[in-house]
Amino acid sequence: MAKYWWKILTTIILLYVIVVGILIKIPYLPKLKESIRNLFYHVPMWYVMLFCFLMSVIYSIVYLRKNKLKYDIISNEFVIVGLWFGMLGMLTGMEWAYIQWGAPWSNDPKQVGAALTLLIYLAYTVLRNSLPDADKKARLAAVYNIFSFALLIPLVYIIPSHLASLHPGSDNKPFEALKTQHHLLRYVSLPAMLGWIMLGLWIFDLRIRIKKIEQPEIFINE
Amino acid sequence: MNKTIAFIFSILLLTLSETSFAQNVAINQENATILHQNGQIYLVVLVLVTIFAGIIFYLIKLERKLNRLEKK
Repeated sequence: MAKYWWKILTTIILLYVIVVGILIKIPYLPKLKESIRNLFYHVPMWYVMLFCFLMSVIYSIVYLRKNKLKYDIISNEFVIVGLWFGMLGMLTGMEWAYIQWGAPWSNDPKQVGAALTLLIYLAYTVLRNSLPDADKKARLAAVYNIFSFALLIPLVYIIPSHLASLHPGSDNKPFEALKTQHHLLRYVSLPAMLGWIMLGLWIFDLRIRIKKIEQPEIFINE
Repeated sequence: MNKTIAFIFSILLLTLSETSFAQNVAINQENATILHQNGQIYLVVLVLVTIFAGIIFYLIKLERKLNRLEKK
């Protein structure tokens, strides 16, 4: 039971987010209208992606310092989970844009930046899977991963905030988006952020346990 | 070590203190009610909860399977 408490908590938080997120009476927003509720579903996808990529780059650095294959595998699993959620974020974003902007793709700086980020991380998985030698693979993947994270920050954050973007919140400074939110939205958007990140961690936990069964020797010799 | 913790903590406090100056966006206080007009939205919530329950059920099944494999 002690092992599962946070998974139960994840379920409860996400149930709250789904039910209350849809039913809560939100203030009238002239542009976004009801689609502001995407704040509880589409936006957290990107939070999960950013969280996973951040964890992954931390484990890449740990790998380069300690040279233990364990950390390389952890880092790689985080990238894979992050990529899944990033693609969901992209897909839901395009669905939203189709209604709000009239077209799923309109080369908005935010869209292009996110797409480039996903492509960079897809290239990471290709690079990592194309090398047969485990140590070389791990080392190259770790170095590439650090570079991709260094690119991610300007691509999803700095560049779109300097160009004219139609995307809501893109003209905000860091953390401004949260502060300027209507307090009603915050009751759901904060738990949503936490809940979806925890769901990502849950899936990561399952993936890493599969790896532990597949390659026990890497995880045992500590 | 202590210094870094103190640094991170002070940054955190700084960002928190800014919230007190933040003002809510000026929005029309009239609540949007279109979504709730005919009550069908509860149906959609039911569907979403069902899908979510299915996904969680699947994750729990995977969890059980992994537990069994780990015991071996």
